[in-house]
Amino acid sequence: MSSSCPPSACESCAAPRGPAQRLGLDVSKSDHVVALAGNPNTGKSTVFNRLTGLRQHTGNWPGKTIARAEGGFAYAGKRYKLVDLPGTYSLRSASPDETVAREFILFGRPDVTVIVADANCLERNLNLVLQILQITDRAVLCLNLMDEARANGLEIDARRLARELGIPVVPCSARSGEGIPQLLAEVQAVASGAFQPSPYKLKLAVPGLREALARVTTALRARFPGLANEEWIALRLLEGDAAVGGLVTAGTLGRLTEDHAALARAAGGEGRVA
Amino acid sequence: MSTPVENDPLLREARELRWQLPRDFNDRLTEAIYAESARIAERTVSRRGSSRRLALHRRIDRVLTNPWTGFPVMGLLFAFVLWLTIAGANVPSGLLADLLLGEIYPWLRGLAMAALPAWLAGLLVDGMYLATAWVVSVMLPPMMIFFPAFTLLEDLGYLPRVAFNLDRLFHRVGAHGKQALTMAMGYGCNAAGVIAARVIDSPRERLIAIVTNNFALCNGRWPTQILIATIFLGALVPAALSGVVAAGAVFGVALLGFGLSLLCSWALSRTLLRGEASTFSLELPPYRPPNILRTLYTSLIDRTLFVLWRAVVFALPAGAVIWLVSNVQAGDHSLAYWAATGMDPVAVLIGLNGIIFLAYLIAIPANEIVIPSILMLTVLLTGQTGGEHAAGVMFETGDEGVHQLLTGAGWTTLTGVCLMIFSLCHNPCSTTLYTIYKETRSLKWTAVSALMPTAIGFVLCGLIALVWRSLS
Repeated sequence: MSSSCPPSACESCAAPRGPAQRLGLDVSKSDHVVALAGNPNTGKSTVFNRLTGLRQHTGNWPGKTIARAEGGFAYAGKRYKLVDLPGTYSLRSASPDETVAREFILFGRPDVTVIVADANCLERNLNLVLQILQITDRAVLCLNLMDEARANGLEIDARRLARELGIPVVPCSARSGEGIPQLLAEVQAVASGAFQPSPYKLKLAVPGLREALARVTTALRARFPGLANEEWIALRLLEGDAAVGGLVTAGTLGRLTEDHAALARAAGGEGRVA
Repeated sequence: MSTPVENDPLLREARELRWQLPRDFNDRLTEAIYAESARIAERTVSRRGSSRRLALHRRIDRVLTNPWTGFPVMGLLFAFVLWLTIAGANVPSGLLADLLLGEIYPWLRGLAMAALPAWLAGLLVDGMYLATAWVVSVMLPPMMIFFPAFTLLEDLGYLPRVAFNLDRLFHRVGAHGKQALTMAMGYGCNAAGVIAARVIDSPRERLIAIVTNNFALCNGRWPTQILIATIFLGALVPAALSGVVAAGAVFGVALLGFGLSLLCSWALSRTLLRGEASTFSLELPPYRPPNILRTLYTSLIDRTLFVLWRAVVFALPAGAVIWLVSNVQAGDHSLAYWAATGMDPVAVLIGLNGIIFLAYLIAIPANEIVIPSILMLTVLLTGQTGGEHAAGVMFETGDEGVHQLLTGAGWTTLTGVCLMIFSLCHNPCSTTLYTIYKETRSLKWTAVSALMPTAIGFVLCGLIALVWRSLS
């Protein structure tokens, strides 16, 4: 299977090699915050366990992770805090578990969002990938369950996929550990700024939408200074998203920004949220 | 400080702007995402011929999710796991009881009596040690078999198939199909099941799932069911059949719980929580070969030891409380005596006895300690031990010893049956109640969650006792 950079290039490049040092629940003084997002049952928790050495229970059924779980690992001299988010099919709905994922990616502003996708049903998984790329540039796609995809007779051109999406793509089988070193190297490259992804952005080909968005965005900026992703929020407001509307009326939109930033960067963290 | 939605200038502006956009712009955006996904997938994914693996999975699914074959397979699998637990736990349970109660207990008691004042020795050894030893010997062996077996099924990918099968039933009673998943969590721990109800979007259906989760027998109650079924029902038939009969009885109680949860969901969605069941899509993941060693490890460390630790933590103070209420005198008798005899008339009416009621009061923090509490109170109140000497004799034979102790205190098969029903239908433990309050933020629904099952338990046990006594 091809990875985002050919093995020969990896050997010659300066990216540090070797396994990550698992820090388990110790998320103190993390240099970078990494979020794990993806559709349900794509193996996010398995990737989480691989990286942190924690043994969060994994289950072969969608909806297992309800709240987010946190753990830590160290790689190439930096300490990382990893946040396992509940699986979601979309960022456009508002059930309590999906809200957790959506608000963390929106307002927690992780340094890297690792999107875990099931290689067996890439097309459906891409729906969420494209939505996440609407709100963050700093993403890495972990193409998980490659062993199953091979057994199912599927072949995926990961380099082509990386070009199409504009972010690093790493084929993995988290259960056996295949691809995890490459995933770590890519996370490190994005987190440190050594690689700056320029993700594919969906074109909003609706007449009048640009202008409408610009007006709502301006109003949002005036009311919530320092808000992240105001354009995406504006789009949700135009679409009539009640949950986001609620955040605006309650005035918690700004506070969420601060809370999540504080939470994500807090020294010592609160550990695993069961 | 918050303004109503209609008056918020920002939202009003957004709404006005929306009117100027094409009416289907929402759908257009969704379509754009789907179209892009399809385009990218088409360029990057290719298929080498057909897959025999997928065809096999489809064939298995056709059997496991078929309305005619799905339910029997489900029942058989579940009953088999229960039988395995009961048959397998018997011997190690006896060995543990021999060791902890037959060997260590008399030795520890002798040691403590010699070195400490009698009241302190009693509190520590007859109270705290005894309760903990009972918790370990009653709970550890069944949990070491039940949890790994359940986790293996879960890792294989069977759980979503169960949810798929049960969706039809839940939908018919006006509840959400994902309630099958929250119930499955409840079979481990009701507090976890209540939290799991967050996967349900509609507040109405979420409340139904929360309030009825208690009918899924939790960790703390499986050992009670298994022990009582073994010594009261399994003992009625020849030894070769006793495991099957006991497993059948426990399966029956679990099934009753499932039926009650459907019934209560139906009643709630017709009265207090009216509404239509919402639809949802459920993904059937591929069957995955479980990593057996890893599954054993996680289910032993994460579940078994976690639950056992919780049980021990609650058993220590409960043991002390039990010893105290049994030894602090008020007038001629101990506090426990007054409480148990006071509640006895009502308890006997529904096939139980005052000691069981008292044990349930003491064990509100954790269902795990119900059986140890009952045993200790019985020993201390009926005076069967008669001192160190008799105690050793009684604990020698594990399950058999427990059976002798309970029948000696006047228990009959009716008491056993009613205890199994009451263990299914009574208030959730305090942890679960607190979780319900945290999740619903409503004292009313917390109260409903506590009172509804208890009321059902009283009615069911009362009916059984009435019929039983009129027949015998």
